[in-house]
Amino acid sequence: MAKQLTNKQALRYNRQILLPNFDLDRQEILLNARALMIGVGGLGCACAQYLVASGVGSLTLVDDDNVDLSNLQRQVLHTEDTVGMNKCLSAKASLNKINSDCNITTIDHRMSRDEFLVEANNHDIIIDCTDNLATRNLVNEVSIKSNTPLVSGAAIRMEGQVSSFIPGKENACYECLSQRFGEQTLSCVESGILSPVVGIIGSMQALEAVKILTSLGDNLSSQLLLFDALSTEWNKFTISKNLQCKACS
Amino acid sequence: MKITVNGESQVTQASNLQELVKRLGYGESKIAAAFNGSFVPHSQYINTLLSEGDDIEIVAPMQGG
Repeated sequence: MAKQLTNKQALRYNRQILLPNFDLDRQEILLNARALMIGVGGLGCACAQYLVASGVGSLTLVDDDNVDLSNLQRQVLHTEDTVGMNKCLSAKASLNKINSDCNITTIDHRMSRDEFLVEANNHDIIIDCTDNLATRNLVNEVSIKSNTPLVSGAAIRMEGQVSSFIPGKENACYECLSQRFGEQTLSCVESGILSPVVGIIGSMQALEAVKILTSLGDNLSSQLLLFDALSTEWNKFTISKNLQCKACS
Repeated sequence: MKITVNGESQVTQASNLQELVKRLGYGESKIAAAFNGSFVPHSQYINTLLSEGDDIEIVAPMQGG
């Protein structure tokens, strides 16, 4: 049965409930929502803190990596005390302090395709905060197979991009876009990343996730939003569905 | 003719998107090109004819997280 907001929660989320389009109804949808986050690095830390603070009821964190000193420059949920700890556990400790109401589950190993599919079927949205093409394509495949909306973000150097992929006949999927690029190997390790850039993109992913979960306004389905931090410019492009796409057609 | 590439105005002799991408020195497999706000599949570059005032954005792949 769907959970209902307690009086204390209604007070806690008051500034959101005040929004004319949001109201108690959407806050209650968030309370019952389950988000699956793949990757708890720069994007994941920025995104997770807003999901948890805004009142998303359940969040599952997936990452098999441990916190490194060089992560602290941008992965804001990890701390000096958690260097060496698994990233899910480190993030969970910080997130619990933000909102103890949120039910946080951690998966500290790489999931098989089957395990991933089972998890996706138990969640309402997938948030891709990973750092490589192979995993991103797998996340996309699972999103399509489980019919679960996907919010995808990426950031490198002084640039970032955000997109949402809602499985459906008319909509583009991640691979409709990524197959235009082909494999590339640049990661934040080699290319660098300016700290707030990844925070901005992660925050945009949280915004998309909240809007999709609560069916609020327009989302970035079949669109790519690009952020150029050097010129401080945002640009939005249409991603048309590729009718020959191996993943979705 | 005068077109806009990545926000900057420039003059090109290229008549289609494939030619333009080549002239700009991008290997086709490593970028995506948006033509007046929409991404164009690689197979359609040659059929995408350029005219005065077109807006082309060359987007590099991004996977960092």
